Amino acid sequence: MIRPDAPVLLEIRDLQARVEDQPILKGVSLTIRAGEIHAVMGRNGSGKSTLSKVLAGHPAYTVTGGSVHYRGEDLLALEPEQRARLGLFLGFQYPVEIPGVSNLEFLRVATNARRSGKGEEELDTFAFEDLVKERLQVVQMDPAFLERSVNEGFSGGEKKRNEILQMALLDPLVAVLDETDSGLDIDALRIVAGGVNHLAGPDNATLLITHYQRLLDVITPDYVHVMAAGRILRTGGKELALELEERGYDWVDAELAATERAPAEVV
Amino acid sequence: MTSTATVGDLVSQPYKYGFITDIETEKIAKGLSEDVVRLISAKKKEPAFLLDFRLRAYRQWLQMEEPDWASLGHPPIDYQEIIYYAAPKQQEKKASLDEVDPKLLETFDKLGIPLSEQKRLSNVAVDAVFDSVSIATTYREKLAESGVIFCSISEAVKDHADLVEKYLGTVVPGNDNYFAALNSAVFSDGSFVFIPKGVACPMELSTYFRINSGDTGQFERTLIVAEEGASVSYLEGCTAPMFDTNQLHAAVVELVVLDDASIKYSTVQNWYAGDENGKGGIYNFVTKRGQCRGDRSHISWTQVETGSAITWKYPSCVLQGADSVGEFYSVALTNNRQQADTGTKMIHVGPRTRSTIVSKGISAGHSSNSYRGLVQIGPKAVGARNYSQCDSMLIGDQAAANTYPYIRSQQPDASIEHEASTCRISADQLFYLQSRGIAFEEAVSMMVSGFCRDVFNQLPMEFAAEADKLLALKLEGSVG
Repeated sequence: MIRPDAPVLLEIRDLQARVEDQPILKGVSLTIRAGEIHAVMGRNGSGKSTLSKVLAGHPAYTVTGGSVHYRGEDLLALEPEQRARLGLFLGFQYPVEIPGVSNLEFLRVATNARRSGKGEEELDTFAFEDLVKERLQVVQMDPAFLERSVNEGFSGGEKKRNEILQMALLDPLVAVLDETDSGLDIDALRIVAGGVNHLAGPDNATLLITHYQRLLDVITPDYVHVMAAGRILRTGGKELALELEERGYDWVDAELAATERAPAEVV
Repeated sequence: MTSTATVGDLVSQPYKYGFITDIETEKIAKGLSEDVVRLISAKKKEPAFLLDFRLRAYRQWLQMEEPDWASLGHPPIDYQEIIYYAAPKQQEKKASLDEVDPKLLETFDKLGIPLSEQKRLSNVAVDAVFDSVSIATTYREKLAESGVIFCSISEAVKDHADLVEKYLGTVVPGNDNYFAALNSAVFSDGSFVFIPKGVACPMELSTYFRINSGDTGQFERTLIVAEEGASVSYLEGCTAPMFDTNQLHAAVVELVVLDDASIKYSTVQNWYAGDENGKGGIYNFVTKRGQCRGDRSHISWTQVETGSAITWKYPSCVLQGADSVGEFYSVALTNNRQQADTGTKMIHVGPRTRSTIVSKGISAGHSSNSYRGLVQIGPKAVGARNYSQCDSMLIGDQAAANTYPYIRSQQPDASIEHEASTCRISADQLFYLQSRGIAFEEAVSMMVSGFCRDVFNQLPMEFAAEADKLLALKLEGSVG
């Protein structure tokens, strides 16, 4: 939902970042307002996953230039946990397994951390159990998953559902979902997408990072950005994704070659 | 910007029990000789059998050599530089707590072990040992109603000499090993527990050991006897002030369990560990052994070892009675320059004896943490079974973890299982938790307590939460 007067939640300007000595992001700019769904598409290695990690504050990535403001605040100055408490959420492409840490306990601690960020009171064990049972329905997840260790022994689809469950509990203002569709069969994809659609509202925004059109068949983006070589090459509406699907990424390469010859003409 | 703190920093929390109580102490001169052994025995007005026991052990100790097979390194210990007896100046053990020096009560208050009637733990009887002597034991009368004897070993020597003579040194003989021999010669105090036939001890028993003097060794001796069908759960805790010299702690614990009886023995060890460069700290050389003498008897050791510069400790079970059961649950955490070589021995003698070993080692900083365990199945232990699980967790990249399992079986019918694993707290796991709003320190402590859960579940409920907190404190500032 595009409303030009909606408040800006995330303002990324000329963001540059490297991992070890390798520059990955070479000047990304993106403005996200409340109510919007953005999709960033691109080939492997285009920098789209790096963008999500940098936004969440992964320590392996070093920001070398540019700025990110989250509701007017300097996001890059915050620790990862502070970003999360203020409502930035990263749905991981490969959620890690954490043996020994109970999923229920983890979800409760995380939910309470986010609540403290919103200035709300912490939930006790019972109130939390009520909440989590309700939110489980968003992703049609079996309560048995709560009793297990975080992601331990979960299938790919179960891990992704667990990510969306966390999103449902943490009530983020900006959710960055990194390749949430990868490794999902069509039923799981529908459930996960259903969860994302359910949670999208006029006050929050979603940034989908994806490789394929098929996620965008079930979640309709307001904006599609095509990323290549660490930059956003083109921005358009949902039809841009269809164009990508039809023409493949080869034209991106051609366009990229052209911009590299004449960098001044980049739009 | 983001967490530049290392897992290493997280483990180096200042030691909060490092204070010294300023109290007048009676000490004997440094050094060890036959005269010193006689002097200790005389000060405690001991019967002849005990002096004999001490002297025999001392003479054997003279012939023995300090063991060097453990993965531990330390400068030689000068046994003549140690004071073997120190006691706060208060003549006799007081009948009532009101007469105990308030400074001592205050000390235990500060350690979180209130002894006074109003504040003491409601369901735990405590024996408080300060340097070489026991200063108070709570709930004695209430325990006596069920026939349970819980007192310092010095009092037991006076009041229950027959029991002491019958059982002392029967599980860990005076010449068992170098440190046990030393302890047998000079032990000063410790706890004595006797649970008569058929009695389930109505409350948790606990001994709290506090070293206060700087140049004193601590040599306590604990003896617990559970008669037929009796049961008891016992917990010991330990702390010491921070000194920049090393102090020797060589304790002996003996458990005797008769038919259908059970003893659950838990330890939370938090002796001063030395500073981050390894200066100071306790050398903890401890011999703990239990004997399942009776059929269907049961011994369970649970230990949480977080302190000491050096830990050398192998709580063991001799499974003599048919169908007897031995268990060992251990968490050993080392940080900075700490060294631990700890594990257990399960000696299966009787038929259908069973043992379980669960060991969790956590190494951070530049520390070294070894599990060393023996499972021995004798020729008569038909149908004996053992299950061992040894897991190590590494924090940072400078720490060492080793596992030395020894398995000897003379019984083809026995079943022995051993599992081992090593893991590291990964940066990606920490980031995952952080990206959900969980602070770095809390993320580490969640993972560590998750790793230790199997063991913490074995601790008495009152102390499980404490152990969790203790580990979190120890790890503060150490992950990265």
